[in-house]
Formats: sequence, structure tokens, C-alpha cells
Amino acid sequence: MNILVLVFKNVMRHRLRSVLTICGIAVAVLAFGLLRTVITAWYLGVEAAAPDRLVTRSKISITFTLPVAQKQRIERIPGVQAVTHCSWFGGVYKDPKNFFAQIALESAETFKLFPEYIVEPEALAAFAAERNAAIVGTTLAQRFGWKVGDTIRLQGTIYPGDWDFVIRGIYTGRDTGTDTGQFFFNWQSIEQRMAQETPGRVGQIGWWVVKIDEPARAATICKAIDAEFDNSADETLSETEAAFAQSFVAMAGTIVRSLEIMSVLLIGVILLVAGNTMAMTVRERTAEYAVLKTLGFGAGRILGLVAGESLAIAGLGGALGLALLFPTVKGVATVLRAWFPAFPVDPPTFALALGAALLVGLLAAVFPVWRAVAMPIAVGLRRID
Amino acid sequence: MAETIVDVQNVHKTYYRDRIPVPVLRDLSLTVPAGEFVALMGPSGSGKTTLLNMIAGIDRPDSGRIIVSGTDIATLGESALARWRARHIGFVFQFYNLLPVLTAAGNVELPLLLTKLSKKERREHVRTALELVGLGERTDHYPRQLSGGQEQRVAIARALVTDPTVIVADEPTGDLDKQSATEILDLLGRLNSEYHKTIVMVTHDPRAAERAHTVRHLDKGELE
Repeated sequence: MNILVLVFKNVMRHRLRSVLTICGIAVAVLAFGLLRTVITAWYLGVEAAAPDRLVTRSKISITFTLPVAQKQRIERIPGVQAVTHCSWFGGVYKDPKNFFAQIALESAETFKLFPEYIVEPEALAAFAAERNAAIVGTTLAQRFGWKVGDTIRLQGTIYPGDWDFVIRGIYTGRDTGTDTGQFFFNWQSIEQRMAQETPGRVGQIGWWVVKIDEPARAATICKAIDAEFDNSADETLSETEAAFAQSFVAMAGTIVRSLEIMSVLLIGVILLVAGNTMAMTVRERTAEYAVLKTLGFGAGRILGLVAGESLAIAGLGGALGLALLFPTVKGVATVLRAWFPAFPVDPPTFALALGAALLVGLLAAVFPVWRAVAMPIAVGLRRID
Repeated sequence: MAETIVDVQNVHKTYYRDRIPVPVLRDLSLTVPAGEFVALMGPSGSGKTTLLNMIAGIDRPDSGRIIVSGTDIATLGESALARWRARHIGFVFQFYNLLPVLTAAGNVELPLLLTKLSKKERREHVRTALELVGLGERTDHYPRQLSGGQEQRVAIARALVTDPTVIVADEPTGDLDKQSATEILDLLGRLNSEYHKTIVMVTHDPRAAERAHTVRHLDKGELE
């Protein structure tokens, strides 16, 4: 026998209580991990942003369009390597609940600026040749069971009417955080239809994507682009792609902050659950600790016994919570895939959840250890059931 | 003449109940020679358990000295005192105080975890101690599977497994039926006579006190 055996036997002494505490910690760790994963997913767009890409949008709002004629002037700015444009389509697929991003790209060449989207050459060729060609991400295709050749009808909101697109390719993501839930099609299809139905909207795009030669010069180039259109009818606001993605996160800043606060509160919940159990345990075993001290067990060994038990319970709860986290995240990802490009349990979340559980195990033992160690033996021995 | 193993000199101890001082020991002195079997008797509240606790190093006097086996234990810090107890004291409680999650062998092994003995050596010591108290066949029994007398015998095995200088026993027969009490007293007597263990025992029971070589009576914190 050794001290670890005694710790284990103590953990198993009140099985129901230990199991309930472990389950309580597991649920809290699971919720903590889930919230951190949601927060991570929220910032994934920011983290996945390319440092050598800028986004130039209307200074008034992202919802305002810009004239396509700006392109040549942006291309002439020193440091700019390539320029392309994108436009938000905002159509409805069968039901508004089936939300996904639909983006009109300037041309098949636009994909060159986004190497994280891996597209087959045949798909790119079809995209360039066919006005109603679409390329969709793997996640989106899986979500609706689409395959190459399918015709997808979108009901336009920003651009009214029914729009039929034929899927010509399914792109995959280069990185874990790459958004594979998007629907890309050729901007020319909008342009030609607007020319027929709403000529006043011809030559308008949503935002510019600018590839630059040196990420360190991003601020200077942004200033130069915006200066180019200062005091014009279409003033611009340029920023790095990361800042652009961050601005979307900022729109939901309160929600993200609430999630962060909740995740911290959950640690408090775990602490209370574990602390309550350990406090009860030590109170019940006051006489036992007094006996052990009588036998010569010093403060260090008493600390080891109490903290070991607390850590064992918290560790088991943490491990169980993390084991449940992966299938839970998978299930939640199915529900939230329209909103998050990816929903991964990243290593920091894993480490943070496990670390939180173990930290809680230690903290929960602080007061009980102090109580067990500080109580005079003679007083402890009087507390015999 | 045998050397003095326990030397209590002019000890005072006062407890406070709701800030009201309650003197427990008043200028008490006591010597116990090595190999002696001493019984401390007295009415409830006379201070006999307090005195026993002080000899065992689990309580401290307000003043005075307690020298056990040459060490003034009142001067030791908590850690040193814990190590000293592990080496020199075997404590037998009235209510046995075995850990319910451990077998008889596990309980007896507990004090040995504080030593540098190997696992094999510990097992050997445990077997010897349990055989000595007549429980060699019950090593794997849990306390709940033992009678009160057997539990107390396990507690005595735990007390003597480290071969301590002094065995202190606080009402060791106080929770036992007559027959079990007799067996325990026989065992303590044997440890004293055959193995020359110094025993200091607190008891209310005159029959238990009869087994001791010396009986000292306490009343109101003073030895008569």
C-alpha cells in the first residue's frame, strides 16, 4: 500500500457522492469547453485572414456598393499586386433558415487571391466559361447533399428574382479554419441581369480585395487607397483582412464577451461543486486526520491526501468532460455550421479546460487542507462518531 | 533501577470554554520508568486524557517540561513532533479509530508508510504485529468485518508495529464487552511483561487498572 492507494480508496469511499461530483465537474468542463470552442470559432475568420490581403469597402457601410471603375486606380497604387472584387448576394435557398454565404466573384481569376480555397482546374474553367456556374465548399455541399451538376435556385433579396446556378465544382479548404461553407458564383451573372432589369445598378460591387507585396506596409497602402478616393462620391475604408474579419466579430462583441464571462463563471461553478465535496469530506474525516497525525503523518502528507483526492475527482471530471466535448462539439457544429466556417476543439481550449479542472481541484482543497492541518489533534480526536 | 522513560515536570494546562479558563492540569509531575505499566485513573474531567495526550506529543503544556526518552517534546516544532511521534509513540484509542477503507493489514501498515522500509519489509512487520495480537488470519478483513475486540487488537498491532518507545492507551477497554476487554488487557499485559513495552494507560475500569504495575489517581488536575 502507499499514499496513492489510500487516496484512491478515499475517492471511492462515498461512490455516489464522488460520481455525482465527477459528473458535475464533467458537465461544467464540457460547457466550458463548448463555450471556448464557440469563442474560438468566432475568431477563426480573424486568425485565418491572410496578412497580405486588404479589404476596401465603402466608407459609409459594408452594405453600400462601390463602382467597379475604382479598380484601375487601386491597381496603380504602389505595393498593390492584384485587385479583385466580391459582392454579397444574400439569396434564400428554399427557406430563410438555410442561411449560407453567397458571394459573387469578379471572375475565376479571383480564386488566385485565395489560395486557401482549393479548386479543381476543370471547375475553374467551367466557372470562367459559364455565366451561371457556381463553386461551393465541401461543408455546404454536404449540408444540402449537393453534387457537381446540380442546379441550385436562389431567391434573390438584394437582387430580386429567382437565380439558377449550376454547381461546377466543390472546393476544399487548405487549413482547418478555412471556410468551406460558401457559395461562389460569377459576378457577371448579376451584372448582365442588372443591365436588363435595373440599369442603375450596373457596375457596382460589394468590396475590393487587394493583394499587397509587403504585409508590413499594409497600413501605408490602406491610407493610399483611401486617399485616392477622398472627397469622391464613393469614399473607401481600407483595412487588413484580419481587421475586416474582426469588425464582424466586434458586431457580436457583446455576445462574445458574454460567452467569455460565462466560461469564467463556469470555472466558479466547478470550484463550488468540488469545494463543497472536499469540505464535506474533510469535515467527516476530521477524526481520521487526527488519527493519522497522531501516527506521525505531517502536514505535507495530510495535504497530499486531501489535495490528491480533490485532484483525482477534478481530474476524472475534467477527463470525462473533455471526452464528451468532442462528440458534443461535432453535434453542435452540425447545427451551427451555417454560422461558423469551422468548429474545432483547438489545443488551447483542450489545455485550458483540463487546466481549469485541475486548478479547481487544487483550489477546492485549499480550505479543507488548511482545516485538516490546522485543527489540533486533541480537538480532532474528540470528533469521533 | 530502570531509567526514566517519561518525565513530566511541573506541567500546567488550562483550556478555555467560551473564554472562561478551565484549569486541567496544575503543577503536575510524573515519572514513568522504562518497562513500566502505569494506569492513570480519575473521574471525568480530572485531566488524565490531557496528560496522556501530552505524553504522546499530541497536546502541549502551557508551562512545564515533558521529557520522553530524553527529548523535551514541548520544545519540538510541529513537523519534528510528528516525526517524533511516529518513532516513539504507539497510540491505542478507546474507539479503535481504524480507517474503514483499509484492511486490518492496511491499517497496521499505515505508520510504516512513514518509514524507509521496503514494501516487503513492511509486509513482514505487519504480519508479525498481527500474529502477535492473534489476528494473523484476519489480515484482509476490513474493520466492519471484525468484532470490537478484534478491531482493538488491530489498533494495538498498529500501535506496536513500529516498535515504539511508549505505548499510550486511552480507555482501551472502554468500548468493549467484558470478555473482549479481558483479552485486550491480557494482550497489553503480555506486551509489557514479554516484550518490556512501557505502557501508560488511562482507564475508568478498576479491573483494567489492576493489570498495571502502578496506578496513579488524578483529581482536579493533580496527582494524588
